[in-house]
Amino acid sequence: MGAKAYIYLEDGTTFTGEGFGSSNTVRCGELVFTTSMNGYPESLTDPSYAGQILIITHPLVGNYGVPKKMNDNGILVNFESEKIQVDGLIVSELTKSDKWNGKLNLGRWLDDEGVPGIEGIDTRLLTKKVRDHGVMMCAISTKGRLKNPKEVLSKDYTKINFVEQLSPKKPIVQDVYDKNIVVVDCGAKHGILRSVSKLKYNVVRVPYNYTADKIMSYDPVGIVYSNGPGNPNLLTDVVKSMQDLMHYKKPILGICLGHQIASLAMGGKVRKMKFGHRAVNKAVVDQISKRAYITSHNHGYAMTPQDMPKKGKIWLMSPDDNVVEGAIYKEKNMITTQFHPEGRPGTNDAGFVFGMFDEMIKKGK
Amino acid sequence: MEGKKKVIVLGSGAIKIGEAAEFDYSGSQALRALKEEGYESIMINSNVATVQTTYEMADKVYLLPVSPPFIEKVIKKERPWAIMVGFGGQTALSAGVTLGNAGVFKKYNVKVLGTGIDGIERALSREKFRETMHKRKIAVPPSVSAKSPDEAVKKARKLGYPLMMRVSFNLGGRGSAVLWNEKDLVREAPRAIAQSSIHEVLLEKYLHGWKEIEYEVVRDALGNAAVTACIENLDPMGVHTGDSVVVTPAQTLDNYEFQKMRSTAIEVAEAIDLIGECNVQFAIDPKGYDYYVIETNPRMSRSSALASKATGYPLAYVGAKIALGYDLYEIKNSVSRSTTAFFEPSLDYITIKMPRWDLNKFDFVDKGIGTEMKSIGEVMSIGRNFEEAMQKAIRMLDIREPGLVGGPIYNSDMGVEKIKEVLKARHPYWQVYVAKAFKEGMTIDEIHEITGVDLFFLRKIHALVIKYEKRSKRMGPDEYNEFKKLGFSDEQLGVSKIGGMSIKQIDTLAGEWPAQTNYLYTTRVGEEDDINTKEDKRKLLVLGAGGFRVGVSVEFDFGSVALAESAKKYFDEVSMLNYNPETVSTDWDRVDKLYFDELTEETIMNIHKKEKFESIATFAGGQIGNTLSLRLEKRGIKLLGTSGKNIDIAEDRNRFSALLEKLGIKQAAWSSAASLTDVNAFIERHGFPVLIRPSYVLSGSAMKIANNMQDLATYIEAATKISPKYPVILSSFIKEGVETELDCGADGKNVIGVALCHIEEAGVHSGDATIMTPYLDGNSAGKMKEIALRLVNELDIRGPFNLQFIIERGVPLVIELNLRASRSMPFSSKSVGGNMVDYAIKGVFGRYDWNGFYEPPHSAFAVKSSQFSWGQLKGAYPYLGPEMRSTGESAALDSTLNGALLKSWLGVQPNKIPQHGILIYGDKDKGILKDTADLLSEKIEVSTLAVAPMHNHPALEVDRALELLGQKKIDMVITNNDMRSIDYEIRRKAVDLNVPIVLNARLGRALAGALFLGEPECKEMKEHWKGKPLHEII
Repeated sequence: MGAKAYIYLEDGTTFTGEGFGSSNTVRCGELVFTTSMNGYPESLTDPSYAGQILIITHPLVGNYGVPKKMNDNGILVNFESEKIQVDGLIVSELTKSDKWNGKLNLGRWLDDEGVPGIEGIDTRLLTKKVRDHGVMMCAISTKGRLKNPKEVLSKDYTKINFVEQLSPKKPIVQDVYDKNIVVVDCGAKHGILRSVSKLKYNVVRVPYNYTADKIMSYDPVGIVYSNGPGNPNLLTDVVKSMQDLMHYKKPILGICLGHQIASLAMGGKVRKMKFGHRAVNKAVVDQISKRAYITSHNHGYAMTPQDMPKKGKIWLMSPDDNVVEGAIYKEKNMITTQFHPEGRPGTNDAGFVFGMFDEMIKKGK
Repeated sequence: MEGKKKVIVLGSGAIKIGEAAEFDYSGSQALRALKEEGYESIMINSNVATVQTTYEMADKVYLLPVSPPFIEKVIKKERPWAIMVGFGGQTALSAGVTLGNAGVFKKYNVKVLGTGIDGIERALSREKFRETMHKRKIAVPPSVSAKSPDEAVKKARKLGYPLMMRVSFNLGGRGSAVLWNEKDLVREAPRAIAQSSIHEVLLEKYLHGWKEIEYEVVRDALGNAAVTACIENLDPMGVHTGDSVVVTPAQTLDNYEFQKMRSTAIEVAEAIDLIGECNVQFAIDPKGYDYYVIETNPRMSRSSALASKATGYPLAYVGAKIALGYDLYEIKNSVSRSTTAFFEPSLDYITIKMPRWDLNKFDFVDKGIGTEMKSIGEVMSIGRNFEEAMQKAIRMLDIREPGLVGGPIYNSDMGVEKIKEVLKARHPYWQVYVAKAFKEGMTIDEIHEITGVDLFFLRKIHALVIKYEKRSKRMGPDEYNEFKKLGFSDEQLGVSKIGGMSIKQIDTLAGEWPAQTNYLYTTRVGEEDDINTKEDKRKLLVLGAGGFRVGVSVEFDFGSVALAESAKKYFDEVSMLNYNPETVSTDWDRVDKLYFDELTEETIMNIHKKEKFESIATFAGGQIGNTLSLRLEKRGIKLLGTSGKNIDIAEDRNRFSALLEKLGIKQAAWSSAASLTDVNAFIERHGFPVLIRPSYVLSGSAMKIANNMQDLATYIEAATKISPKYPVILSSFIKEGVETELDCGADGKNVIGVALCHIEEAGVHSGDATIMTPYLDGNSAGKMKEIALRLVNELDIRGPFNLQFIIERGVPLVIELNLRASRSMPFSSKSVGGNMVDYAIKGVFGRYDWNGFYEPPHSAFAVKSSQFSWGQLKGAYPYLGPEMRSTGESAALDSTLNGALLKSWLGVQPNKIPQHGILIYGDKDKGILKDTADLLSEKIEVSTLAVAPMHNHPALEVDRALELLGQKKIDMVITNNDMRSIDYEIRRKAVDLNVPIVLNARLGRALAGALFLGEPECKEMKEHWKGKPLHEII
């Protein structure tokens, strides 16, 4: 059993459990939960979780360990980025693995990456707290009790530009196929990169603040605005580059943060949600065909129909709350989804979105 | 719409191994969906003990066999708009396919709701399924089909051993086997081919040691699909999933594996044009990413009932709504009530299902668990970690094991070699033997090698054993809490403390959405309750029946459900405590709160500490509740109805007997024997035969009749020790006595009841007997009722009770009094058109408005027959005795006794009217058998056995009889008594080949008058009641 570890919440409550992962560590982040029952290697490395402390609601975590990193032309096959992105992990029980492909135990992996974890917590209680109160800042300590948790908790998630920290500083260019797709990398999941690459285009990842001209210098057949962490309203330069880029009428696919950027670029609004969508079990309904899909979600900001830009059309809606899950901007040759068609973790039911994007590219020629 | 559209729903008939109460649950959900949508529902099911055959659920009820001829009769009469064939298990589905192929639905213009007959066939026919999968490029194990043993041998050589043999359209994996070599194939193939309705088997590559995973898919007519559960079997391939320990959600799959198989499951559903719900089974390589689709069940199944309870997603209800034309996202999530049914549940807990076997009741049965399902019931536990769920589940089995460790097996002197043997032969409850193995020093790898159970789970069991072995003699509070979090009971730890547990909700969304859910469980791994228990209300807790076994089945679930429903009139809040995932009683829609948890003193007291129930009802769910009564009362609980003190008098053989003596009520001579001297003294006084049994009686377990000293010696040897602590009960056995019963409700003074009479003589357990009502011997019935009234007044009986008699020359002798709802109560209720449990509850709360004993008038004859599962229990010798062995029951009403008997008997599988010949023989009651043979030989060829010849009937040698059975030239057997040294092979062959077998001469004679009656009546239940049901009369 690990040494005692502590979590402190913005509302003054404290919980005690046992620490794992990195010892002697204090981190602060926005407290969020995911209801995905597996896929923790993918979740923990998802850059959209940067700046956040993650509760996994399923009580046993770590059962199949952590696999060896596999790489396909510079894109990770089984992780979403090169490192653990969360600032801390909260589980009910950390387990050990005996699986054939589990290279490391989860606790060891967190330790290797300097990330603290805590187990022995009533995660349902904590989840309900987040649900009822909304997301809040949280401090996690494997360094003993904090003398002044308020100080640690004073960070404001909504005001930090995490994209700036995560986006590559220089373009990362694949050279396998004839044609290029530029991914404006705001902290892109490798699942998205891989789905694009599977369309048989080179993936060109560019820094988030690349201008339209610089993007076009790669002569892309299409542009993807990726997912990424944090508040989209801080990303004025990305919004600007997208507005400029639209003049080229190149097919654009926006995913998650990319969907929100598109809304802002088109004059819509994006607001912070109470506690977000972080799950792999959520429905989206096609407003025209009435077909519906179970999809993977990870977002704390969203757009409602009232906030929808005038020139866009609502494509997919969540049947459970009032969130626009997909939009089509025909005039601008752009489609966007709030959810993750690449899954990882999660279903491949909406994988056809990449196929649609490919069709847009092929039609454009 | 002109009037209401009629929809027929097919049930699954009598309960047998492979088809249990899960279909009562799913059928009831379908009926509810129909009611909500304004359809007129018509239920066809011979299983009288189900909730679905009540007017609370269905608009019309046909208590008839679920077989094509009877279904067609109902269709012809009712002219329904549509039929649902997916809610009554394999029985309903097979009947549906037969009727569909015969053009019956077309002829009467009946729409089949949900998945079409084509799609069903693509799923159920092994050959068509394989083709369909190949077309879609979905990987299935390499396989071939064969129509004869010779063909099978040839093709098997090409494919290579080991092989798995499977039979199309069969229930419970019947006929399937793992074949390690050609010898196995030659032995097993003939039976399997004979059992297949199309005389075909599938031989497929056996994936030894691969893991088995199941997905539950819902899909609407638009093609929208959701996968609502993923179930991981702890037992590997080669163990029938019904006999596997399973955990939900899957614990060892990574995202890639999980999603790959999930997508494939949806593709399988598309391939069979599923509209509704299906289960898809996979085999996955434990050391790689390969996987195969094994099969799909395009209907509600045991797994889907389990998945519903494990996730809180009501698959049957949603499936029914889809069948009625709804799209998935138009249906509300009935648990969260705020989101739609188009989502996939997320679980923040773990559930474990464990099967429950009763193999010890069957002589010669093969005790190994394998490809053919043998378990009779199941339990499901919910915990916040694996250990908690595991230990809870073991306690729920009610096999006197208090968890993984610390019970009789764990503390036995069993050595490593013996444990290995048990694990290799895969005897029931391997999990407890695994814990024992670890205690004895075996390693995780050794056990993995033998059992094929994933290392992840074995490691957890191992760690628990090590921790337990290292525990302190005197535990401090911290250590105690650590152990409690691992699911240890106070009994295991040798302490008794109430408190410290949390009540959590099952909300399908892992806490993401604020849910109004009333579906609850308790855990030690938590710090707060999800619900407020402090409301000032008048609260009742109803104890359910637990897991099914021989002797406890759906009839006790019926009792619990009926009680909860009736009690709503008297309490502000009615909660149910039960853990059987198959049942209607664990349907959260039926009660104010559902506690899905253990039926133990500790758990009940823990819940009570928070809820402060005004009363707890122990009398509806059968023996478990009854046993808890006195203990709960001593803890200060107020029991609903009769006091625990008085229940104890009825349960305690000595005190009850003394009471009867005091009241001058006659009983058969009996004695409690604490030593061999006592036994001999009793025999000297009363002679043989005697009925002998242990003092703790559960559905006649270990009850035997001894006809002579030798029988007695054998029994005493088998029963091991007789001692003052474990006395045996001896009672004089009245030969030829007629056994009768009263099913009653009482108000402490007056009684309402129905008198029942057994067709089989005393000595056949009442749960195995054929029962009829009205009881026509008015004189005896009058005396029985008088006795009942005296006992009611003496013991202040309030609520349901059952009183059993033997009639000896017109004098009723009391056998036993059960102060609880009885097995036959659903039957006696429906025979007179009422609900005995409801009247019983009225008696708890007030006085009846009549004096004395009221038996409602009978306007029809009613007969209840017993369903056995011999065919499923490989090797078991079929015979009847004082120990119960049946697994279910069927009943029918008719204006004639013969009509009722025939329909009731035909409601039992595999019974059908013989076409070719009947073999009749026996070494007891020969006169009755002779009458039977004489009567039947007017209609059909009758033969007998040379060892027990009968005048005027040809006698066969055993070998010849076996040959004729094989050729189906004998298609019914009537016999009597236990003749295992002579006819073991005959009885076995009959049941293996689905040839109806009657095991009692008196039943044979009764059937002789009924079999060839011609067309029996086809009436709805209310028509039999001649208009007014009982509750309108009283």
